[in-house]
Amino acid sequence: MCGIVGLLIKNPACRDRLGELMVPMLVGMSSRGPDSAGLAVFSEPLPSPQYKLSLYSGSAAVDWSRLLDQLAAAFEHQHHLSASANHAVLTTVADLHALVKWLGANAPSVHVLSVGRSIDLYKDTGPPAEIAERYAFDRLRGTHLIGHTRMATESAVTPAHAHPFTAGHDFCLVHNGSLSNPHLVRRKLEPLGIRFVTDNDTEAACRYFEWRMREGDSLVTAVQRGFEELDGFFTFLMGTDEEILIVRDPFACKPAMVAETDDYVAIASEFRSLAHLPGIRHAAVFEPKPAEVYSWRV
Amino acid sequence: MAGKRTKKPSPADPPHLQLEESAGYDRRIIDYIQRAAATGLYEIRGLGAKRRVPHFDDLVFLGASLSRYPLEGYREKCSTRTVLGTRYASRPIELAIPITIAGMSFGSLSARVKEALGIAATDLGTSTTTGDGGMTREERQSSRTLVYQCLPSRYGFNPDDLRQADAIEIVIGQGAKPGGGGMLLGQKVNPRVASMRTLPEGIDQRSASRHPDWTGPDDLVIKIQELREITDWEKPIYVKIGATRVLNDVKLAVHAGADVIVVDGMQGGTAATQTVFIEHVGIPTLAALRQAVDALEELNMRGKVQLVVSGGIRTGADVAKALAMGADAVSLGQGILMALGCNSASYVVDGKHLSAVEDYANLATAPGYCHHCHTGRCPVGITTQDAELELRLTPAVGAKRVRNYVKTLNMELTTIARACGKQDVHHLEKEDMVALTLEAAAMAGVPLAGTSWIPGAAPI
Amino acid sequence: MAGVKAVEFDLAQVPLREVNRYLHRDAQAEGVTHVRISNPDGAHSIVCGLAHPFDVEIDGHVGYYVGGMNQRANITVRGNAGPGAGENMMSGTIRIEGFASTGAGASAHGGCLIVQGDASLRCGISLKGGDIVVGGSVGSFSAFMAQAGRIVICEDASDALGDSLYEAVIYLRGKVRSLGADAQFEPMRPADFKAVAELLGVAGFKHEPRDFRRIASAKSLYHWNADSNQEY
Repeated sequence: MCGIVGLLIKNPACRDRLGELMVPMLVGMSSRGPDSAGLAVFSEPLPSPQYKLSLYSGSAAVDWSRLLDQLAAAFEHQHHLSASANHAVLTTVADLHALVKWLGANAPSVHVLSVGRSIDLYKDTGPPAEIAERYAFDRLRGTHLIGHTRMATESAVTPAHAHPFTAGHDFCLVHNGSLSNPHLVRRKLEPLGIRFVTDNDTEAACRYFEWRMREGDSLVTAVQRGFEELDGFFTFLMGTDEEILIVRDPFACKPAMVAETDDYVAIASEFRSLAHLPGIRHAAVFEPKPAEVYSWRV
Repeated sequence: MAGKRTKKPSPADPPHLQLEESAGYDRRIIDYIQRAAATGLYEIRGLGAKRRVPHFDDLVFLGASLSRYPLEGYREKCSTRTVLGTRYASRPIELAIPITIAGMSFGSLSARVKEALGIAATDLGTSTTTGDGGMTREERQSSRTLVYQCLPSRYGFNPDDLRQADAIEIVIGQGAKPGGGGMLLGQKVNPRVASMRTLPEGIDQRSASRHPDWTGPDDLVIKIQELREITDWEKPIYVKIGATRVLNDVKLAVHAGADVIVVDGMQGGTAATQTVFIEHVGIPTLAALRQAVDALEELNMRGKVQLVVSGGIRTGADVAKALAMGADAVSLGQGILMALGCNSASYVVDGKHLSAVEDYANLATAPGYCHHCHTGRCPVGITTQDAELELRLTPAVGAKRVRNYVKTLNMELTTIARACGKQDVHHLEKEDMVALTLEAAAMAGVPLAGTSWIPGAAPI
Repeated sequence: MAGVKAVEFDLAQVPLREVNRYLHRDAQAEGVTHVRISNPDGAHSIVCGLAHPFDVEIDGHVGYYVGGMNQRANITVRGNAGPGAGENMMSGTIRIEGFASTGAGASAHGGCLIVQGDASLRCGISLKGGDIVVGGSVGSFSAFMAQAGRIVICEDASDALGDSLYEAVIYLRGKVRSLGADAQFEPMRPADFKAVAELLGVAGFKHEPRDFRRIASAKSLYHWNADSNQEY
């Protein structure tokens, strides 16, 4: 019930065009996913100990500057906040746990979409083209991104259910397909202290992989373990601060197409979304084989 | 040596038999276990779920009284006209009544039956539907309005028939076996069936449960568009689902571009599948219908995408209740077959009733209990491909019986609608009904009679 | 000698719906024989439902269902094809010069689908009588439930080849990772060599028929293994 897109810029000179190249890809996937869209962009990492959170206020309007003042009062650290419509990026050095707790108590309508040094994450409801315009996706810059368009089943199309899902720091996942044992996976992870926000099957997969990586698996090993533990049909597209990765289950019922040139690697559910990329006529175009992990590092 | 002597029963003192049946291990289960022990095989049978589940009989109508006024039976009209497929198609389906004939394959049924159904439907101003075996000329020539099914198996599916169809129904599943594919045992794969399905004669047909060229609602968008492109956007596209996760499925079908959605509950019949599938997979039609209507309302699609419900629709009351709950039309399968003579003790040839009881006995069953459609030995010549048996059903006679039955349903429907003050059967609404049991109240979302309580509903 | 009349459509300018409709309804009567389509850009259902013997060339990559339910037309895709290329085709020819995605030739009843590159999973699934010739390799579950027709694979096959085969026959030149349920290797007979030669000729692939092996159904799934009155 979705479309997925991914883009990794190999040629540093093209990083300024990341968003501009991506918008037609995302909009091209609107018929697969007309109800909501999301995007995770990775750019130059903040210097430690800084990190950033992507915040989203949903349909509730939030006075971001007031929020910033409150944060300044509550925490001794410096914060920086840049906002656009109902989305904001909060850069800070404060203790994450304390910060999230404070937000939960003082700004309950604000969702934390992502945490990390490189990642910015946007999710919203509405047609993908409108979302792209609302957040000026065409002006996004960075090294790589993954995105998603969604065909919703929940009555209230909430951003919480939209992809990408994140877990931990600088890790996100989008999914095209349907897992058949997501509740078992969730019930396996919850006793380990892993908290779930939704009952969405994609969140189960996301937290599963992030858990495996925290346990020491590389992402590739985590994915291979996933073939045993996750049941159903899936094409997963994942992003970390250093790479994007795509994998299809052994039945490969959910489509995926890759186009690679010296300048970029582009991924989408259908070739339609890649057809207008520069140099596409000479790109290497291929479909990822089932049960194989493909990754590209920045 | 005096042993203990058992008392001999005297004629005035009959033996006391202690016959305490177990609810869990009743005779039916004992028979099931012993049959499995003897054969090592699951049972395959026809028809739908036989066990009692909450159904339309558990709802009743609030007829007119002082606060609501009835319509007179004859002079005051009660419209039954029904239009399906208004969303995208340039030629929606117009029906005289909201009662259609469900998809049943040529292969499961004989060609003579297909002809009978077509004749009856044309007479009634309604539609028939092909089935998992393709379109027969008998049905296309006799049926004024024919819905052509596109199933996972794609048996007999071809563009010429597609262009001759009045509507196209993409079948994702059916209520008897959601998640399963079609089944036809070798005894029914005669030369004509084999040829239409591209199978060797006499073999047991295995069928796919997924469509071969698409999976999921995001792909269904594209498949629906292809079928529209092939037929130049003229014909309505129906999407049929077996009732499981109905709320989500209906929404996804709407998103995928369906003009009409058909929801088939667990009581829905089949000519052959595993009993375990029929009885234990899928949800009751009552609950499914409620969820389907909720889904359309949440998407604000009531009236834009039409809803057809099937699975145990038997009486005019069932039809009325289904419409009151929000269906635009109902579809019948088993009821139609029973009107033709399924489970009847006799069949009619040249105006004479001939007994079929012995043939039921040869199938180890009796009229009223038979579900042996899968054998192809239908005692009344309906679910058979046998050249002799199929002669027991005369198309003209069958057509008349089906016409009579559906006419009766329609009359009962309008009787109830008038009694509720409606000039149009599509004006029946949920609030015209109450429930007699907790389960039905909860599943249908109507209050328990005499109360305002709907179990499970959020408080207002 | 019939004349040649060629028409061209640029899908960047003309809606596909108009193109398909014209080809269904008016093109034949107007004497069109050749059709050229440019800027397909991965669009779906291009030239589906054709019913006349046009020669169609598509300049670029196509999306899903190119030539779906094709009758009599000869279609060439100068690029790759998405899922369901030539699905349910009845006759005619469809040639994909690049690779074909999943379900190529699904449920085809007749005609010939040629894929010069690789075909992905489920190539020839549910085949009902058509011919499929793949110059490269095929993905898993190819020829699944294939009922009739022939599939020629010039390179390798992956897992579960020919699972649940009915009467369709597979000719494989390369290696296979695993055969599906009820599929088995059988010796090639003169008629098989002849068929392979014929199909390779139509496709224009230069291989030796003797390099191909025959895979067909063992027919052990044709009847439910029912001993229903056996008791102990």
